[in-house]
Amino acid sequence: MMQYKGWEGFVPGKWCNDEIDVRDFIQHNYTPYEGDSKFLAPATEATKKLWQIVCDLSKKEREAGGVLNADTKIVSTLTSHGAGYLDKDLETIVGLQTDEPFKRALQPFGGIRMSEGALEMYGYKIDPQVKEIFTKYRKTHNEGVFDAYTPEMRAARSAHILTGLPDAYGRGRIIGDYRRVALYGVDYLIKKKEEDKLAINGDMTPDKVRNREEIADQIKALNALKEMAAIYGCDISKPAETAQQAIQALYFGYLAAVKDQNGAAMSIGRNTTFLDIYIERDLQKGLITEEQAQEFIDHFVMKLRIVKFMRTKEYNELFSGDPTWVTESIGGMGVDGRSLVTKTAFRILHTLDNLGPAPEPNLTVLWSKRLPVAFKRYCAEISIRTSSIQYESDDLMRPEMGDDYAIACCVSCMKVGKDMQFFGARANLAKCLLYAINGGKDELMKDKKTGKPMQVSPEFAAITSNDALDFNEVTAKFDNMMTWLADLYVNTLNLIHYMHDKYSYEALEMSLHDTNVRRFFATGIAGLSCAADSLSAIKYAKVYPIRNEDGIVVDFRIEGEFPKYGNNDDRADELAVWLLKTFMKKVKSHYTYRDSVPTTSILTITSNVVYGKKTGNTPDGRRGGTPLAPGANPMHGRDCNGALASLESVAKLPYEYSRDGISNTFSITPGSLGKED
Amino acid sequence: MVGRIHSFESFGTVDGPGIRFVVFLQGCPLRCQYCHNPDTWKSSGEEHTAADVAARALKYKNYFGDNGGVTVTGGEPLLQIDFVIELFTILKAKGIHTCVDTSGITFTPQSQEKHEKLLEVTDLFLLDIKHIDDEACKKLTGQSNRNTLAFARFLSDNGKKMWIRQVLVPNITDGEESLKRTRAFLDELKTVERVEVLPYHTMGVVKYEKLGIEYPLKGVETPTKESVAKAKEILRGQG
Repeated sequence: MMQYKGWEGFVPGKWCNDEIDVRDFIQHNYTPYEGDSKFLAPATEATKKLWQIVCDLSKKEREAGGVLNADTKIVSTLTSHGAGYLDKDLETIVGLQTDEPFKRALQPFGGIRMSEGALEMYGYKIDPQVKEIFTKYRKTHNEGVFDAYTPEMRAARSAHILTGLPDAYGRGRIIGDYRRVALYGVDYLIKKKEEDKLAINGDMTPDKVRNREEIADQIKALNALKEMAAIYGCDISKPAETAQQAIQALYFGYLAAVKDQNGAAMSIGRNTTFLDIYIERDLQKGLITEEQAQEFIDHFVMKLRIVKFMRTKEYNELFSGDPTWVTESIGGMGVDGRSLVTKTAFRILHTLDNLGPAPEPNLTVLWSKRLPVAFKRYCAEISIRTSSIQYESDDLMRPEMGDDYAIACCVSCMKVGKDMQFFGARANLAKCLLYAINGGKDELMKDKKTGKPMQVSPEFAAITSNDALDFNEVTAKFDNMMTWLADLYVNTLNLIHYMHDKYSYEALEMSLHDTNVRRFFATGIAGLSCAADSLSAIKYAKVYPIRNEDGIVVDFRIEGEFPKYGNNDDRADELAVWLLKTFMKKVKSHYTYRDSVPTTSILTITSNVVYGKKTGNTPDGRRGGTPLAPGANPMHGRDCNGALASLESVAKLPYEYSRDGISNTFSITPGSLGKED
Repeated sequence: MVGRIHSFESFGTVDGPGIRFVVFLQGCPLRCQYCHNPDTWKSSGEEHTAADVAARALKYKNYFGDNGGVTVTGGEPLLQIDFVIELFTILKAKGIHTCVDTSGITFTPQSQEKHEKLLEVTDLFLLDIKHIDDEACKKLTGQSNRNTLAFARFLSDNGKKMWIRQVLVPNITDGEESLKRTRAFLDELKTVERVEVLPYHTMGVVKYEKLGIEYPLKGVETPTKESVAKAKEILRGQG
């Protein structure tokens, strides 16, 4: 006899023996699926009607200039709003961020200025009392950061050698294990957290005090989560008993997270294999039909599609739109060799047919050579039809991350419920190279007081000769400049994350993690290919500096040819590898906040455009202000040996130095993939 | 020995079976009106040794799978037949599938011996029949189709596999009568594995502008889906 009614029919294991272990539950209970997509059911009438409501609202939102409605008065918490619906009678999975669909929540804990500014841009005015509270009585993350920033940090920030820092908005990228809400019920989770809190004893060092306070906040958040569900008439204190309840409970967990945090990326985890167990159980019992199973998934996904945040236009410019990064990781292989693909992996991809293509949720297939053939075919079909699937290499990540990790944002992987991360935006290495040449004076910015070029780093020796740049001299100076940048970057992030924990702690998301969580310190690199090509130009061609009246090198004259990253030419590719390894080694040499594990990513998928705007002419011939390449991509148009050569160059970047992910944006026309007959 | 190279493509999927490393050789004696690579006409190009080109291609061996390999095209690759023979000799020693995309224009009684050597190291020929009617062919390409047709028979007689390619240009190569004549010619051959119809496209036009050459097919539309299907039907002997 199982402890809970919700667990009846499941194979017991460590997971139900006074533990929290969702992976163990999955491994004991899931049914791998090797078949094809023929079993899938079309959208029900209710689904079609609900989706029409969403489409109508989306249209109205666009007509209204991007925001349909925004809260100006009620500060968003888990229980701040009454229930909201698209159409109460039709929805099988309920819950909205506020009391109305498409009404954006007010989330000022990251920064009141961001909230106020975003509202103003769309013609709303923040309630004066809220503003007073968050300026006079309640400090925000943003205020904390700016209180503590050093002048050098501020200079690096305004010169954009460090860009996109999460100092005025929520850092995001933390994925709660929302499955725990369904599998264990909230009471069980509270009990375990209480035990964890009791175990923190002895000398009350600041660390222990903080840990105890954080767990107390987590328990409060879990209680609020129960209350939030109760607002919708649901009781999630006990384990879910049906598939519908499981999906609902899981979604409530996620909904609570987006009510609590306006994070840059609010990813949802890896849920299809887990949910499939509940759906299978109900199907076996004859409780539901395939149509109903699909309807639950369609309604769930519909809710994820309408997650919205109130953000400024600059923010949207940085990220080329208004992304929420509700990434859902699908498939992959188990470490025991079984595929983790279930029928529900098909069902969630099928939402792209039932509801039409959409960028969110960011459906991400964890790809392995060994995935079932029928699933691979189905993925290919859906990709061809909708261009809405992201793929990531499970074979690359699994050895280190096991088989229960998920992707946050676009490429950043973490074990669900066991890892979290401190998101760190990017350091611009192309700009860093220009600083090496100019001794830390910015090539674009002027000092406001003197009108002279802004000195951002300490005054390093600049290159003074007007001869062709000497490769050895440049790399020596570049190495020094990277030492400075890595030091400043890591410490800026240390400060930011200290303040985020202090003023905008993600209590709900962290309550769905193990208390002894592993933390990643997720730095990032922008401008890799531009810097690599620049070094290549200096090494293999002749690059003459061109100076302005202040003596600053503002342009370059290139004589001769040079190999370019993206052509599978080791001469250029080695320079990119050198850059990554050198910078990462420098990052690793520093203290990182809360004993976090330093990682880096090369993944500026959209912000490369904005970073490029703030970077002057570079020695590779790139014009100032033009975009850097996205992620680890070669510079636009410079890879001229076809796709494989380009991909091979990128694949030379060692993953162990860029564990937080390497992205390569790649598009191809169907015709270039071969002929149809 | 060195070859004059126009460029490399590491992910070729339309010039022969599977994923292929494609070598574009520089230089061509034809002036096909629809040519989309006029930048390969002149005998200029970057010089590379056969060993160097082979080494570049072999980097992608893992991608070739069961049926991929290396294709040389151009320009007219057989203007540099000695280079191709040397390159393919190296590749065959490494077990790589080799393919030549040619118009057969270089095939004459005097050069037959060379072509016999080439056959020994080539697995597949993509043979481009420009026009079955000799007068029309001269008008379209500036050259007779005599060598091309002779080369096709030569390949057939030597048991060498070939894929026949026909570029379909409205009002120039899409006449039903000439397509049927082409089919009748193919019926004489024993080793045709496949017939490909390549719909005329205008993606080369920008290159003409860049090179300052007048584009001969100004205003000619791309063929309709129906006419492509019809041509396939006839050329594949299903008409």
